[in-house]
Amino acid sequence: MQKQVERLKRQDAVFWLVGLGSLLFALITLLSLIVDMAMTGWPRISAAFFMSFASRFPEKAGIYSAWVGSLTVVMVTAMLAIPLGVATGIYLEEYAGKNWLTKLIEINILNLAGIPSITYGLMALGIFVYHFQLGQSIITAGLTLGLLILPIIIVTTREAIRTIPSHIREACYALGSTKWQTVWNHILPYSSGGILTGVVIALSRAIGETAPLLTVGALTFIAFLPTPPVMAEPPFVSFQWLLDPYTVMPIQMFNWVSRPQEEFHVNAAAAGLVLLTMTLLLNATAIYIRYRFRRKYKW
Amino acid sequence: MVEKLKKAEVLNLSFGYSPAVKVIRSINLPIYQNKVAALIGPSGCGKSTLLRCFNRMHDLYGQVKYEGEIKLYPESVNILSTTVDPIEVRMKVGMVFQKPNPFPKSIFENIAYGLRVRGIKKRSYIDDKVEDSLKKAGLWGEVSARLHTSAAALSGGQQQRLCIARALATEPDLLLLDEPTSALDPISTAHIEELLAELKKSVTILMVTHNLHQAARTADYTAFMYLGDLIEFGESDQIFTNPKEQRTENYITGRFG
Amino acid sequence: MRKGVSEGVKEGFSDPKSFKRRVREVKELLIKSMLFCCAASSVLITFGVVWTLLKEALPFFQEVSLRQFLFDSEWTPLFEDPKYGIMTLVSGTVLTTAIALSVAIPLGTITAVFLSEYCSARVREVLKPVLELLAAVPTVVYGYFALLFITPLLQKIFPDLSSFNALSAGLVMGVMIIPYISSLTEDAMRAVPVYLREGSLALGASNFQTSFKVVIPSAFSGIASAYVLGISRALGETMVVAIAAGLQPRLSFNPLESTETLTAYIVQVSMGDLPQGSIGYKTIYVAGSVLLLFTLIFNLIGQRIRSRVEKKAK
Repeated sequence: MQKQVERLKRQDAVFWLVGLGSLLFALITLLSLIVDMAMTGWPRISAAFFMSFASRFPEKAGIYSAWVGSLTVVMVTAMLAIPLGVATGIYLEEYAGKNWLTKLIEINILNLAGIPSITYGLMALGIFVYHFQLGQSIITAGLTLGLLILPIIIVTTREAIRTIPSHIREACYALGSTKWQTVWNHILPYSSGGILTGVVIALSRAIGETAPLLTVGALTFIAFLPTPPVMAEPPFVSFQWLLDPYTVMPIQMFNWVSRPQEEFHVNAAAAGLVLLTMTLLLNATAIYIRYRFRRKYKW
Repeated sequence: MVEKLKKAEVLNLSFGYSPAVKVIRSINLPIYQNKVAALIGPSGCGKSTLLRCFNRMHDLYGQVKYEGEIKLYPESVNILSTTVDPIEVRMKVGMVFQKPNPFPKSIFENIAYGLRVRGIKKRSYIDDKVEDSLKKAGLWGEVSARLHTSAAALSGGQQQRLCIARALATEPDLLLLDEPTSALDPISTAHIEELLAELKKSVTILMVTHNLHQAARTADYTAFMYLGDLIEFGESDQIFTNPKEQRTENYITGRFG
Repeated sequence: MRKGVSEGVKEGFSDPKSFKRRVREVKELLIKSMLFCCAASSVLITFGVVWTLLKEALPFFQEVSLRQFLFDSEWTPLFEDPKYGIMTLVSGTVLTTAIALSVAIPLGTITAVFLSEYCSARVREVLKPVLELLAAVPTVVYGYFALLFITPLLQKIFPDLSSFNALSAGLVMGVMIIPYISSLTEDAMRAVPVYLREGSLALGASNFQTSFKVVIPSAFSGIASAYVLGISRALGETMVVAIAAGLQPRLSFNPLESTETLTAYIVQVSMGDLPQGSIGYKTIYVAGSVLLLFTLIFNLIGQRIRSRVEKKAK
């Protein structure tokens, strides 16, 4: 009996070590990735690196057009995916009846979330680039990534709305609110933390996404910026930038990684470091938002 | 009881989510103005279901069909009619729920919300109304200094009185209380029971309760329901001292339920 | 203090045909229809994906027979003497996926058991988001890591490892997928009711026995659907394999050699000039369709398992 208990205790202790080990393995891999990239890339990081265009000479090349491109593309992505995703989430949680149409939409969204990102690129190539003749432009890239992250935003919106207990809704209806008043004045504000968390995570995914943009033909050598959206003369605003060619951070990095010269690998590491910092910061923001709102609304 | 003015009347009402299964059957019940009426009965007897017909809460959960009528006076309109907008019904019939459910907003906003839904924007009117309803709900003294802090910080009993104030702000014709004290401690419960006596001067109250003593203490009229039927209705004194039906007597003497 | 009811609070019941009511109903209906259109547009996207893939891929089969497609042992569509053996790309995909899963499934599961059954809630709250950062790292960064860090490291162990190889790409992909598997597995395990654990522990079982003999079997469907998600992630992963596994289609399962996956092929061809209707253009849609078919099958399996769990939970 005593022996048996000893054995069980030992078993638990061993598994505790194994579990800790596998967790540490994952975390150490993450850490070594960050450290390796930082050690290789850090010396290249300078103001000039951020303000120079791509170049044939590794020491002169920079990521100016890439980060500007990432920013503009993500803006288009956000403008498509956030309203569409949040609206879909609201519809499915608050409005949709229980019928085959709702079921179809739900299954469809689950499937969309599971489709490899590169197939979005293939669709975008066929539809945006060739069918709508949008070419290899910022708007093509923004729309492609927008569709790609749409399921993430829909799913997190729904999860956020679902945490609101039904008695809060009932309180609102009992006061004579219409459905939209309930959604607009209560459901949306109370779920905004969860929605925002999802949006930030989705946008960070969009910033790091490479494959679908490669298939829509993101050019890799862009030594100029898109047309500025504001001008000195009338009509003051211009949307020409939407149709301009672009490059983005991950594509610039991919371009440098796939060159044989080692100097370019250093550039790749530096670009990777910037990209990694951007996405990790966004994710940290998301975790912070989630934490803040969880404390604000305790149901 | 010289004059018994009816505020509402249930006429032959049956209701169930599916046509085959009726949760309540052929209920007839008068609701007298400026009185407290209590619905009592064992769990699952349909008392909450009946209460939620009065503000058409069931309409929130899909297509439902009410058989029979609930007439609201003095308009003498059947509020269950398909031509009546449930939102307008809820504008006239306030409700307080089992669990205190203040919105996670400030105390002030909780009460002002019902007024804003009714399109009232005049700040001075809203200010007055918030103060007035908090006073009626006996909460003004405790919260007047922190109207703009979160309602979530209040105690359970305070939250429930806030919910009552929220319902009162819209000047309902009829106030529905669904086991309003079942989630509260005895002191908060006593507080709310005292409040009811005061409130009935300005509003008619229909209350579901699990607590027979509470019904006996606070209600002018009591209705006993069992398995979806209304067994007996009368003045509380009579129901609790001299019930006419055997089942009522069994229930109030604790033989089942 | 009590103000009159004159301020607009009270009104009688309106007629269904009254203007006020019409306006309100139309407004609510309009909002509902707009939201519905947004929701329905997601169906349009799926339709768009499937339609484009099929439309661009089907003409390919007018030029290439199904026999060639399935049984050729080479994939050289852009050469003078083109060969169209899709199985070479499929084998690359299966190989890298298998390597990735052999890392991700054991490590992900053990990590999940550790987090769910051996950690306090506080520790879990901290470790889980940190672990999920692994899924947040851009895949191109993983590609860099596999090519320039892991491969040189592995070359010290296997001297004849080629600089592009399935092994290092698969391993890195495996680490990348760990959080997908561990998070969902942990969620499934946490959903197992406490009384089952207590029942087992009360009989004197150890934590370890309880985890593996009670909790994991009860959470099996949830765990299986986590694995399925991991598989479909690995199948569709692009950048890691395009950068680190090489661009040489090969009908072989040797992890030390370079290989090419379906996804990597699409990237390779996309980087060149790609006029619509050319054979290169058609082949990437063919590769995409095959990939989509695989992932859809796994998604469906995952959904079947999940819906069975939900039914059981009811």
